[in-house]
Amino acid sequence: MLRDEDRIFTNLYGFESFGLEAAKKRGDWDNTRALIEKGRDWIINEVKESGLRGRGGAGFSTGLKWSFMPKQSDRPHYLVVNADEGEPGTCKDRDLMRYDPHKLVEGCLLGSFAIGAHACYIYIRGEFYDEASNLQKAIDEAYEAGLIGKNACGSGWDFDLYLHRGAGAYICGEETALIESLEGKKGQPRNKPPFPAQAGLYSCPTTVNNVESIAVVPTILRRGAGWFAGIGRPKNTGTKVFCISGHVNRPCNVEEAMGIPLKELIEKHAGGVRGGWDNLLTVIPGGSSVPVLPKETCDTILMDFDSLREVRSGLGTAAVIVMDRSTDIVKAIARLSKFYMHESCGQCTPCREGTGWMWRVMERMVRGRARVDEIDMLFEVTKQIEGHTICALGDAAAWPIQGLIRHFRPEMERRILEYRKMAAE
Amino acid sequence: MSADIPANQPPGQPPGEEPASFVFTAENLERARRIIAKYPEGRQASAVMPLLDLAQRQNGNWLSRAAMDYVAAMLEMPPMRVYEVATFYTMYNREPVGRHFVQVCTTTPCWLRGSDEVLHACERKLGIGPGETTPDGQFTLIEVECLGACVNAPMMQINDDYFEDLDAASTERILDALARGEKVQAGSAKGRRGSCPEGGPTTLKEFARRAGVQPAGGDD
Amino acid sequence: MPKLTIDGTEIEVEPGTSVLQACEQLGIEIPRFCYHERLSVPANCRMCLVEMEKAPKPIASCAMPCSEGMVIKTDTELVHKARKGVMEFLLINHPLDCPICDQGGECDLQDQAVGYGFDRSRFAENKRAVNDKYMGPLIRTSMTRCIHCTRCIRFAEEIAGVPMLGATGRGEHMEITTYVEQAIASELSGNLTDVCPVGALLNKPYSFTARPWELRKIESVDVFDAVGSNIRVDVRGSEVMRILPRLNEEVNEEWIADKTRYAYDGLKRQRLDRPYVRRDGRLHPTTWADALGTVAARLKGVPGQRIAAIAGDLCDAESMLALKELMQGLGSPNLDCRQDGAQFDTSNRAGYLFNTGIAGIDQADAILLIGTNPRWEAPIVNARIRKRYLAAGRGGLKVGLVGEQRDLTYPYTHLGAGAQTLQEIAEGRHAFCEVLRGAKRPMLVLGMGALARPDGLAVQAAARRIAEDFGMIQDDWNGFNVLHTAAARVGGIEAGFLPGPEGRDTAGILAAAGAGEIDVVWLLGADEIDTAALGKAFVIYQGHHGDRGASRADVILPGAAYTEKNALYVNTEGRAQAARMAAFPPGEAREDWKIVRALSEQVGAKLPYDSLSQLRRRLAEVSPVFARPEARVPAAWGAFGRDGQLDGAPFRSPIGNYYMTDPISRSSVTMAQCTETFVLPARERTGTHG
Repeated sequence: MLRDEDRIFTNLYGFESFGLEAAKKRGDWDNTRALIEKGRDWIINEVKESGLRGRGGAGFSTGLKWSFMPKQSDRPHYLVVNADEGEPGTCKDRDLMRYDPHKLVEGCLLGSFAIGAHACYIYIRGEFYDEASNLQKAIDEAYEAGLIGKNACGSGWDFDLYLHRGAGAYICGEETALIESLEGKKGQPRNKPPFPAQAGLYSCPTTVNNVESIAVVPTILRRGAGWFAGIGRPKNTGTKVFCISGHVNRPCNVEEAMGIPLKELIEKHAGGVRGGWDNLLTVIPGGSSVPVLPKETCDTILMDFDSLREVRSGLGTAAVIVMDRSTDIVKAIARLSKFYMHESCGQCTPCREGTGWMWRVMERMVRGRARVDEIDMLFEVTKQIEGHTICALGDAAAWPIQGLIRHFRPEMERRILEYRKMAAE
Repeated sequence: MSADIPANQPPGQPPGEEPASFVFTAENLERARRIIAKYPEGRQASAVMPLLDLAQRQNGNWLSRAAMDYVAAMLEMPPMRVYEVATFYTMYNREPVGRHFVQVCTTTPCWLRGSDEVLHACERKLGIGPGETTPDGQFTLIEVECLGACVNAPMMQINDDYFEDLDAASTERILDALARGEKVQAGSAKGRRGSCPEGGPTTLKEFARRAGVQPAGGDD
Repeated sequence: MPKLTIDGTEIEVEPGTSVLQACEQLGIEIPRFCYHERLSVPANCRMCLVEMEKAPKPIASCAMPCSEGMVIKTDTELVHKARKGVMEFLLINHPLDCPICDQGGECDLQDQAVGYGFDRSRFAENKRAVNDKYMGPLIRTSMTRCIHCTRCIRFAEEIAGVPMLGATGRGEHMEITTYVEQAIASELSGNLTDVCPVGALLNKPYSFTARPWELRKIESVDVFDAVGSNIRVDVRGSEVMRILPRLNEEVNEEWIADKTRYAYDGLKRQRLDRPYVRRDGRLHPTTWADALGTVAARLKGVPGQRIAAIAGDLCDAESMLALKELMQGLGSPNLDCRQDGAQFDTSNRAGYLFNTGIAGIDQADAILLIGTNPRWEAPIVNARIRKRYLAAGRGGLKVGLVGEQRDLTYPYTHLGAGAQTLQEIAEGRHAFCEVLRGAKRPMLVLGMGALARPDGLAVQAAARRIAEDFGMIQDDWNGFNVLHTAAARVGGIEAGFLPGPEGRDTAGILAAAGAGEIDVVWLLGADEIDTAALGKAFVIYQGHHGDRGASRADVILPGAAYTEKNALYVNTEGRAQAARMAAFPPGEAREDWKIVRALSEQVGAKLPYDSLSQLRRRLAEVSPVFARPEARVPAAWGAFGRDGQLDGAPFRSPIGNYYMTDPISRSSVTMAQCTETFVLPARERTGTHG
């Protein structure tokens, strides 16, 4: 288990004030100027070396992403922080913003400096009212203390940080949809290329990072890439805030080492599965988009990017949704299908038309009002969506159903036969 | 900042009627100016979402056509583009809603922990179904997608406040209190602190003790 | 120049070429719905997916720029599967109502479903139904059929410059609509029905009247402005059923204006289908022999000086040449093809042509509009300016306007109201002079609002000075552009339908007729003159509609409309183009040159051509433009214009209502509806009636 001294978010539960003074006591803003003075290349290199992979779900190397930004440019650069947390099961950025916002604010300064940005926008989901309030207070405090603004921290770097509230659209968690939204449009993802590093916000070079990815940067820079890289497994390093929800005795968020066994995570921190480990039916290990894991995989799986990819699932946002044996698994997944239908932006054909189709078939599957061959058809439909859309929402809608069919097909068939029998009687 | 996101104002016109005009109050006009200043010159369209939010808050928590036209004119945007935005994002209400806008999350993580019960409690207590408003205009009930408080499931949002760790009884208690016009403490109905596990943290125990919180038993 | 391999063939393309375009260059057809080469690329339909080596999933070829070493495959199992999948998604919520859909037979979805559709549906759920939307008198909607390609939204915003269309809601509830339930206030709105790949946006007047496969399609040219848009006239029997654009990159690209598309119902109303002669103050139907005999008798013994002819705006070049030569035969120098009274020097062709060509706008970096409202006078030209404005990027095109302030769909600086401002520019005293000096390809557009006034010659001369002083005249660039409003105008000038030595122009003819100095006036389709000013003159009206001219006439000679004859028109650029007979003229009406030819025989001044080809040869002798139809015949720069006193009155566009400018559009019910929908409410709002 991760030791408390290796935890970055020591105010994860809000035991202390989120304000500047308390944050400083927790180590934030400690000679930030010195970090800046080491230069852009040093920061990017340090973040690369730490092995930090994006905490928003895709798991792309943060340092590498930063290095894609042009070195010289006649246009302004932007850092945009994705705080549009909305992946079902996920509620970690919320805590970082309401209880530890100065880590994010300081991270914004360092990250922006590293990519040559003088301005940064934090795009926070609109429903997070208190979180936005606290974060704005932290930003105001940092301005007042000269930590950001003109000549931030006395470093000579001018830096402005703005908070932008969303208004209810899961799709804005997709980085280009977020940029569109920030420009005052509907949140419809853009085609890539061009990538944001070439043409992002206002057609300027832009990097979009998740809240947690940015908030861990100051600590990484202070304690060194080696420290962070020493936690977890190679290529899957550092600490991670896990969200454990569903059928556990004590749902919670907790910061743990990357690669912690799923079973240990649930049993140590979340009070175990309701009714004991053997009562476990399945786990969605990384937010609603990733396929479910069968019980036997849950027994041993490690919670990191590569381990979960090997079992055809994913770490995603590290949001662990636990389901015990009382769960109507078909309904649980059907409800996710409804979610994706509701959140499809409607722009591209496979997602707009396919998510509704899948949900309607899933609803019939819940009752068994279907033919067995429609399970295959449903699987084919998920394949017709996957990989054919502008953004990853199509994939995200397809995967949970694919996982369901892979691991729970007998249950689906049983319902169909049962419904047939009932209808015949 | 909390001052920068004003609470919903009661509607200034009879419910259900499209007002003929809309203008920001002097206070909100000032807020609007500050919001627009966040974005580079010529990029004022970026302010459309916060300005629609501001207009909605001034307008009893819904957006009239006049309000959208007003925002469009202020930002020099084609009205159609504003209308697109207003219909794309779920937080904009294009119809009047009750004074207490009750949004029950029923997405899987909440559903696993009993959001059906919460929703039914709302229906029972308010005597309305999802998408409906009580005849007295006090409550509107809707089902919503994940609000991002999954480890405190099930939950609902009423206006700007999250109510978490609910069950039927606590839901009814909250609605009763609101109906009586009382202010209700937002957050966990079980008294949990944030996302900390019930019964005390399993980590950060030293911080907990310093704050006077009893950590969970057992060694670190 | 990136080199890539597509289906095993190597190809080198211009930088910025998309994979889809590169495929097309190789003759490989890529299915698409949302992609349209003149619109931005949203890549939302996903029909054009192809396989790209090293890419983990198929790519949208319309949005992927070609790059060096790319390997593309368009004919693989993966590609076909992907497209079939997309097609199935498009069809699940598309109604199966092709038998009653007007798009049937010319529907992209129908066509591509043949290639990529399944023969049965696996979709067992209820189909989505969408409420139809009101979009005005020109567009009928059937929104359940919409496949959300957003071409219409992009056309309205990018080409038409009226961002009234949008997609509201999201996901499967996304709907195309206007804000809110408004008619599309654009003179180009009919093109929406062409860009829509399915039967969602339809030609309203054409609705349920014909099937595409029962129509004869005749390639022709439009006459409702001086652009000469290339059109296709679709006819069933002798009835024009609809008009569509024909591609001509140099003129109208693939767009046409709404009057061009929708005024054709005016061809069926108020037609002159037999000759008339006025007796006892009333017009009586009669025979050709009687009508021609009456004219011949009246002309007998009248000296040429006391005869005159005015040609209207819809006249073809053949009839104008014939009438001109008849007038010469009768000894009359009194002719004019400028019924609006426009004054300009025609001695040098460069002085009255749109010298850059319409396509030349694509290169301009500064435009000075003088006395013109191109949006109403030539919507296609206006769209071209907007296109240039968008392509040039921020500040890349600067537009200044002298004249009436109108919404032109692109930003411009209003420099002043009239000739005084023009003078200031000509004398280098105006701030806009700096803009012109700083431009590499400056142009001016001189409209009839500046020329159709007594000081037209002086205005033309001032404009010429501006062109010369501000670098508009270069070796490979002539930025002096006259924007005519009449389809007949340049053809009339080229044919020489102008006052001869000592001859009178339009104003002179009217004045002389009123004063009793002219006895006979021949109106060749001239309806936009003050007929009350004709006094006691004997009026011959030759034309196709019972409009102003006919009601004043003593003899009516029924002619043919532009869809009923083979005839040449010369557009504002000096490009002669042929209109082709799509239907016969109604009743006893005849092709116009033949009428003139017949009369010439009766008055003993027989014209020396018996066939259209002989007449065309004669035209070619008169002006080089007729020798090279379809081509723009450039004019050499030279002296023209006459300096003079400029009038202080503001320039006013000659068009007060775009939808009704001539006898055909005035007879059109559709144009009347447009007037009611778009023009009258705007007048009420601004209080500028009339």
